Amino acid sequence: MPAYQQRAEIVRTEKLTGDVFRFTVKAPDIAKDSRPGQFVMVRAGEGMDPLLRRPFSIHQVAEGELVQILFKVIGKGTQALANLQAGYSMDVLGPLGRGFVYNTQHKHYLVGGGIGIAPLLFLAGNMLNKNESSAIKVFLGARTGDEITVLADDFVSMGVEVEVATEDGSLGRQGLVTDLMTPVKNENPARVYACGPYPMLRAVVGVSREKNLACQVSLETIMACGLGACLGCAVLRADMNGYVHACMDGPVFDADDVAWL
Amino acid sequence: MAVERPDMKTSIGSLLLKNPVMTASGTFGYGEEYASLVNLHRLGAIIVKGISLLPRQGNPPPRIAETACGMLNAIGLENVGLERFLTEKLPFLQGLNTPLIVNILGDTLEDYQQLAARLEGEEKVAALEVNISCPNVKQGGVAFGTDPGMAHAVTQGVRQNFRRPVIVKLSPNVTDITEIARAAEDAGADAVSLINTVLGMAIDIGSCKPKLANIFGGLSGPAIKPIALRMVWQVAASVSIPVIGIGGITTPEDAIEFMLAGASAVQVGTTNFINPKAAEEIIQGIGTYLAENSMASIRDLIGRARQA
Repeated sequence: MPAYQQRAEIVRTEKLTGDVFRFTVKAPDIAKDSRPGQFVMVRAGEGMDPLLRRPFSIHQVAEGELVQILFKVIGKGTQALANLQAGYSMDVLGPLGRGFVYNTQHKHYLVGGGIGIAPLLFLAGNMLNKNESSAIKVFLGARTGDEITVLADDFVSMGVEVEVATEDGSLGRQGLVTDLMTPVKNENPARVYACGPYPMLRAVVGVSREKNLACQVSLETIMACGLGACLGCAVLRADMNGYVHACMDGPVFDADDVAWL
Repeated sequence: MAVERPDMKTSIGSLLLKNPVMTASGTFGYGEEYASLVNLHRLGAIIVKGISLLPRQGNPPPRIAETACGMLNAIGLENVGLERFLTEKLPFLQGLNTPLIVNILGDTLEDYQQLAARLEGEEKVAALEVNISCPNVKQGGVAFGTDPGMAHAVTQGVRQNFRRPVIVKLSPNVTDITEIARAAEDAGADAVSLINTVLGMAIDIGSCKPKLANIFGGLSGPAIKPIALRMVWQVAASVSIPVIGIGGITTPEDAIEFMLAGASAVQVGTTNFINPKAAEEIIQGIGTYLAENSMASIRDLIGRARQA
């Protein structure tokens, strides 16, 4: 699959909460080839510090030319990114990596934690083009309701069923996203597609295994190139013998292909 | 008076390059990774990820950490090994007009000799770059690069098994890099390339632990350019074989500085991760600089800053 390096004009910036932002950029080449679960490498400005691009899952693709990313300010790179204004053309590389694989015969459970919800909206939209909305169910988890209110609404307005769990109980049920999975049965058969912080993914994989559900996970790692050249994004294989790489073998992996430590 | 089409050709021993800009080993995969983003035919040469006789898994993650204007890496020489390189990676590279330089590494002298002998039989391999300078593996690697006697022995072992140009890649993590450069020259190297990464580390003050699983890693990127430039200047004064400048080259201006210091060619490394088009932009920029400064040839640039 080809990747493109383009100057993508920021057409819209949204501050969803205190530190979560959503940017919409105009990147026609990237938009037309993007698949749910793939990512882009974004340069936060022109300078040498921060030096490296930052990887972001593609949150949504719209109108054949718009690409959205969702990010939380956690360090120097994301802070620099958050400071960019609409009208600026940022250097974007993508689409990269392997995305989610799904089959219209399945019942789909999309499980997201915090900012990890990012690629699931694109996935749900893509599935809706091919499936009945009843075949899709979304479980979202976060520390507080603020973190995901807007994002949960996006799924609702898409017409898919959403359940929410928050650790402080401020939205939906009080608890963890895995609590929402309790009634899930392996019928039709069912498949789990998960994205979020590592401890949450490990728990989702554990629940999926108990229920005998096939599970795909989108993993986040430190990454320099996104192209398979730097080999920095190593992920331990399930057999603990060697590594796969998030940028080219992932970022979406079958949960059984990687080690859960 | 501006020169219309300056001559960009340079040479490394018997290897003639259409321009002096190569992609550094470990930053450009096996070439194919960049095929949709870069016009590979335009590059002076492609140097592929270091190859060992047998595949290597590399170090546990985290393998990289960003630092101010630079990055640390401790990949641990992960590579597919010689056999898979020949069957899976070489066919794509054979289709390019660009010279292929293979970076080789080993744990023992015999490893280097065997790699050289096998690659001697592959016509597409225009030159070898002998990695005696990786800071991230416990055996071999940097041990060969910090001792002049060992550097001499490895270079000689490769030289005796490979007829085309042999480039020896030098570590900056030594007391006197010119001593190692002279040892490589004495043993028959056609060129030296420098610098490999500078040994460094970073600590996460949240977890109170080193950021790299390997603790130490090699620093690369714009942060190391002044160190690299100083070492290229010193080595160019100490050997009579061509010097290839490496270290933080990001712009055409950076590359020109290295050539003014005495480098006959340059390698672009970490920048490939950030801007895949960097090598092409640097080639273009050097051409423009020569034209604007009435220099007919790249040779007018090499070592010019050293002239009295």
